[in-house]
Amino acid sequence: MSPPGRPQGEYRRAQPGGTPVTFGPNPWQQQSWDARAAGNFIGGGAGCGLLIFTTLAGAPGSLRQGLLVLALLLVSAGLLCVWAEIGRPWRAINVLFHPQASWMSREALVAPLLLGCGAAALVWPALQPPAALLAAAFLYCQARILHAARGIPAWREPMTVPLLVATGLAEGAGLYWLAAPAWGAGGTAAWIGFGVLLALRFAVGARWYRRLVPVLRPAALSAVNRAGHGYNAGSLLPLALVLLVLAAPLPPVLAGLLQVLAGALAVAGGALFKFLLVTRAGFNQGFALPHLPVRGVRR
Amino acid sequence: MTRWAMVADLRRCVGCQTCTAACKHANATPPGVQWRRVIDMEVGEYPDVQRAFVPVGCQHCEDPPCMHVCPSTATRRRPDGIVTIDYDLCIGCAYCAVACPYQARYKTERPTFAYGRQSEHERKRHDDARIGVATKCTFCVDRIDSGLAQGLTPGVDPEATPACVNACIAQALAFGDRDDPGSNVSRLLAENQSFRMHEELGTGPGFHYLWDRKDGDDPPATS
Repeated sequence: MSPPGRPQGEYRRAQPGGTPVTFGPNPWQQQSWDARAAGNFIGGGAGCGLLIFTTLAGAPGSLRQGLLVLALLLVSAGLLCVWAEIGRPWRAINVLFHPQASWMSREALVAPLLLGCGAAALVWPALQPPAALLAAAFLYCQARILHAARGIPAWREPMTVPLLVATGLAEGAGLYWLAAPAWGAGGTAAWIGFGVLLALRFAVGARWYRRLVPVLRPAALSAVNRAGHGYNAGSLLPLALVLLVLAAPLPPVLAGLLQVLAGALAVAGGALFKFLLVTRAGFNQGFALPHLPVRGVRR
Repeated sequence: MTRWAMVADLRRCVGCQTCTAACKHANATPPGVQWRRVIDMEVGEYPDVQRAFVPVGCQHCEDPPCMHVCPSTATRRRPDGIVTIDYDLCIGCAYCAVACPYQARYKTERPTFAYGRQSEHERKRHDDARIGVATKCTFCVDRIDSGLAQGLTPGVDPEATPACVNACIAQALAFGDRDDPGSNVSRLLAENQSFRMHEELGTGPGFHYLWDRKDGDDPPATS
């Protein structure tokens, strides 16, 4: 249930000459979406990223099939999470009714196509590129879902869209590198691609954060800061490992272990960030008055 | 055209929460759900402190973010500006709740009662259709529609006016047709300085806050 009554917290008065002049209680963490909603963004993002990266990396044989299955399971698990959250699960089909405007409807429309095409690609590899395109569409829909939540300043920031896309792709690449070394697969190009995605994720995240700093109230910014630790660690540490493996002449076994570690860090960092972004850093707008009521003699 | 709107005079509101109680009584909302509530804002530091009581709730926006994100089309906007929820369509995803910049929406997962066990009054007024779906202020749309059908004027005739407005002890709340230049809300908006909450978001709220007279003169001293 949403929090009732009076929000508690500190109050802020605008600095003289500052704009805009706002008064009001601090925002508070939204209570409408919990870990189940976060699970949709975590599973869907990582699953779509994995499908896309597996396709681009040209994973061979059983590795390709295994990763495809994992990707589809992750997307399905994410959808199951959100299904478990809705108040009326047995009328979930209604989610399809508003594709004209709602990104949630669009995501729900893409989902069966993605799952169907992905499953078919297990048998017919020629269908994998279309499945990857559908995965990209699904990932984009997810990013737009969060961006369209105009009640949450940290989510409605336009950079949230590239942020969620970038982190989903990096998580997918991380999952790929969690598995690929065991198959003896994964070439230098795929490893460099992983590094590029990690660098992109970090750069997009830094820009997203810079844009939020002047917008968010202190409590909300503090929550974003906490979420950002995992994000930064999940981007920079594996990026350092990518550079290390590329630059240093390491024994193949050690290099493989470092690749797996880098993959795990990228996945864990992205998942933790999305979990915190939804469940801890989703501060609402709060209430604000551009003017205080004038009673009696003017101040 | 008709555009139903509400006006809250911040100079008059004393924060008594009678509107909140009236809303709960009229709409039988469960504990913790307040379609109309009054925020108590204290601003400044001692000794320069001001206090404002701010009635809030669904702002019945012209461009409601909740309606755009709703995947089931349960949330709609009527031509007269009232934003409605079809409880039979809503899936309870709460997307509208995170899209609303005014924290106006609630989702009750299971029936709850004021004193633990369901009272006779609560049993009579329980509506299972409102469990697991989004709910919010309706501007007492049923009263408006029923009143109009009887030839009454919302905002003037109590039978056709939202319960919170009827109950306000200070006449801080007013309701009426903003597109009618002769309506009470149009007159109040013409005579006073007003703002709308979070105007910068472009939602076009149908809820106006009065904060000062338009002429800006100090009010005459009273003894």
